[in-house]
Amino acid sequence: MARIIGTLSTSHIPAIGNAIAKKQQNEPYWKPFFEAWPPVREWLAHERPDVIVFFYNDHGLNFFLDKMPTFAIGACAEYVSEDEGWGIPTIPSIKGNPKLSWHIINGVVEDGFDPVMCQEMAVDHAITNPMLLMYPDAHWPAAIVPIAINSIQHPLPGPKRCYGLGRAVGKAIESYPEDLKVLLVGSGGLSHQLDGARAGFINKAFDAECLEAMVSGVEPLLKYSSLDVVEKAGAQGVELMCWIAARAAMQGDVTEVARTYHIPISNTASAVQLLSHTRTAIAKAA
Amino acid sequence: MAQTRTIEGTTIFEGGQATKGYQLNKMCFSFNDPENRKAFLADQAAYMDKYKLTADQRAALASGSVLKMIEAGGNAYYLAKLAGILGLGVQDIGAQQTGMSVEAFKQKLLDAGRQ
Repeated sequence: MARIIGTLSTSHIPAIGNAIAKKQQNEPYWKPFFEAWPPVREWLAHERPDVIVFFYNDHGLNFFLDKMPTFAIGACAEYVSEDEGWGIPTIPSIKGNPKLSWHIINGVVEDGFDPVMCQEMAVDHAITNPMLLMYPDAHWPAAIVPIAINSIQHPLPGPKRCYGLGRAVGKAIESYPEDLKVLLVGSGGLSHQLDGARAGFINKAFDAECLEAMVSGVEPLLKYSSLDVVEKAGAQGVELMCWIAARAAMQGDVTEVARTYHIPISNTASAVQLLSHTRTAIAKAA
Repeated sequence: MAQTRTIEGTTIFEGGQATKGYQLNKMCFSFNDPENRKAFLADQAAYMDKYKLTADQRAALASGSVLKMIEAGGNAYYLAKLAGILGLGVQDIGAQQTGMSVEAFKQKLLDAGRQ
């Protein structure tokens, strides 16, 4: 059976990709963020996930407002990194696992979610930056399944809905008959706002609340609406939904392996948090 | 559904904004393609004609004001692609929208980390 081995949540700020390209990892501005990664890589080298299921948000690369899905799941053999328009380098394509993708799609539809199903999908910095941070040599040892959550066009799915999606995805993964080790990634956040007179808004107290909830269970965050999250985490801080979904997919006992929180990177409060899954609950629930 | 509450200094990109900004955002979305970025820089007026930008959108672009572009329906994720063409980073844009110098805006972010 497939097994969820952990949840990695990380900021994906575009500037990270540029800093990697310019080899600025050891500069004082960047060091506090990049220092988060050696322990994560050590854990990855030990655990060796076969598939990474990414909860992320597309930033106007694959989806436009002509057809904007609330949730979309990739079922591609390969995911291509493409030009986003403002200079972040592209990375080698990443292999998919269509069989697992379709299994997840079947599971979530059964559980009342209606994702757009994609057989071609370009992926942006929300996937490429975490991949490069996990595997700096850009030789990808794991396939990916991307699950996009709309963070552009309101009404956005709120914490409760994204939690439900995460639960359904986790349940589907743990009912997959093949022996696969699956890592969940929640990509984005934490608090930040790029647009409007409140640009540069950061909320350290709310971020701390979220990081704690990621460890003990994100249920206390479900009382917030998507607009509450805009207010508390900033207009782009709604990427928190990706963290909530990724955490919701992993039920049972968890151990916090690593946590880094640093202000600022660019306009953002950056965070990296790795939770390892010590006991599975979903499959045993029945 | 209309925006259900006011959040200081924040425009919620709901249906009304999305309808108003469609042409502007569609033009910005086209900038994922380097050929389109070149075409825009070569003849901005012609490029805006091609995407049928409204008078308000053209005026907002001419003014260079990001707040006006947002008022004309622009969405941050798509406007970022236009900013890239104009050589502006998120901190330049943040400074402009908050009426601060870029240095002061960067300092504000650093200070947020020290609080």
